[in-house]
Amino acid sequence: MSASLEDVIRNRCEWLRGEGPLSEIVISTRIRLARNIRGFPFLPRADADLRAQVADTVETTIRRTDLLADYLHLSIDELDDLDRRVLVERQLISRQHAEGSGTRRVAFDPGGSCSLMINEEDHVRVQVMRSGMQLDAAWEQINAVDDALDAKLDFAYHAQFGYLTACPTNVGTGIRVSVMLHLPALRITNELDKVGQAAKDMKLAIRGLWGEGTEALGDFFQISNQITLGRSEEELIDDFHRTVIPQIVEYEQQARQALTAKRLHALDDKVYRAMGGLQSARLMSSTEAMQCLSHLRMGLNIGRIKTIDLNTVNDLFIQTQPGHLQKLHGGRLNGEQRSIARAALIRSKLHQN
Amino acid sequence: MAGMCESCKKEAATFHLTNLTREGQKEEQHLCEGCAIEQGLIQVQKPAYAHEVLENFMKSAKGDAASMANAVCETCGISYLEFRNQGLLGCPDDYDVFREMLLPLLERAHEATHHTGKAPRSLGTGRTSQQQIQQLKRKLADAVAAEDYERAAELRDRIDKLEL
Ligand SMILES: [Zn+2]
Ligand SMILES: [Zn+2]
Repeated sequence: MSASLEDVIRNRCEWLRGEGPLSEIVISTRIRLARNIRGFPFLPRADADLRAQVADTVETTIRRTDLLADYLHLSIDELDDLDRRVLVERQLISRQHAEGSGTRRVAFDPGGSCSLMINEEDHVRVQVMRSGMQLDAAWEQINAVDDALDAKLDFAYHAQFGYLTACPTNVGTGIRVSVMLHLPALRITNELDKVGQAAKDMKLAIRGLWGEGTEALGDFFQISNQITLGRSEEELIDDFHRTVIPQIVEYEQQARQALTAKRLHALDDKVYRAMGGLQSARLMSSTEAMQCLSHLRMGLNIGRIKTIDLNTVNDLFIQTQPGHLQKLHGGRLNGEQRSIARAALIRSKLHQN
Repeated sequence: MAGMCESCKKEAATFHLTNLTREGQKEEQHLCEGCAIEQGLIQVQKPAYAHEVLENFMKSAKGDAASMANAVCETCGISYLEFRNQGLLGCPDDYDVFREMLLPLLERAHEATHHTGKAPRSLGTGRTSQQQIQQLKRKLADAVAAEDYERAAELRDRIDKLEL
């Protein structure tokens, strides 16, 4: 069943390639479009039979669309929790999709840059992910996928309200633009409130990212739009491009420069402690791993450490997540076993360099 | 169970987190907003703005006239009250059935009540040139304000072409 999934986890995540504009600070960009099919109720009012019909309609359309013909298809409700977790960690599906109930599916391209969640909160949610600041490229790709679906499916659309969604907070464009940022220096200098203010000024939401349960980890923050009605897709994307992201990137760069110029010992302490921990620990929780990898990544980016490859660090961010760790290990591990396996994996990867 | 923040023991705990311990056990944590931010456990800012509006909207249901609360969509059977309780609509028709009640919510969440942007291809060109012109004019104003004259000139050209 998930032979394809086994291959997937060994590939590098498209959005974690560490390439693209501003990739020292902008980890990845992501755009999502929410769509529903006319003639079906929204999912909260759809019984099992209707949910299955929606899923079949969408899946058939994907399979018959040239652009999407080589996509892999998985039934989320038939996967075990470890496989679901791997998909969440790769951001191919949302946590909500993993934890939902009833018929739910996903289709994604072999490279893992585009996925279509079927029966999440809306009938279809398409998302495209890119590494670095590549919103235009992401928009171009998702727009093409949406056009291809539009040619075969009759989407629920309203002359005044635009694309109709189960939740009125998504109505209109149904778009969610998200940019994931790595802001370790702003965290060290305790200036994250600047980021909050910049986002708030533009009515954008900011949240922490990654981690088990509900905790947010490390120095990773995701910024996304909340307004979906009354502004076009391009206008919303423009806000990120021209205003918010350049501003936050500048704050982080300034903080890094200030640390380098005035508090080099404090900065080096974080970087080298992280390196020491990663190279020596025998038990490492995912929280600690994220924090250490975050500091190590910063150390590489500002040239304090030159002996480790950035891709090794980028790969470790995902390989040390609980789902990937267990899949790579080949079976389930309890909490302590995971900490042992994680520490061992990190040591072996860092010593190869 | 309006408990106190476990960390500072001063503020009321408003963040209730469930973490997994190393042994895989669930462990509850109850913190005030300040401490949760300090520990990096939550977003720096308040939750999603639009969702905040929606939540407030759902909480304020008591103010509705009874006639509103009793409105029901004949297509999917959802009542307005059910929508308010769960925050999710039942079918596309609900946007017309509950239109009057939705407008103030949309206004608050999006500061707008009319879509601009992409549309299904079956509806023609996607968006009217009027919409495009409006949009470009807004961008033009922004570019001028930002003293980005190169971009302003480029936008001016695009508007001229559309207005022909
Ligand atoms: Zn507290
Ligand atoms: Zn309805």
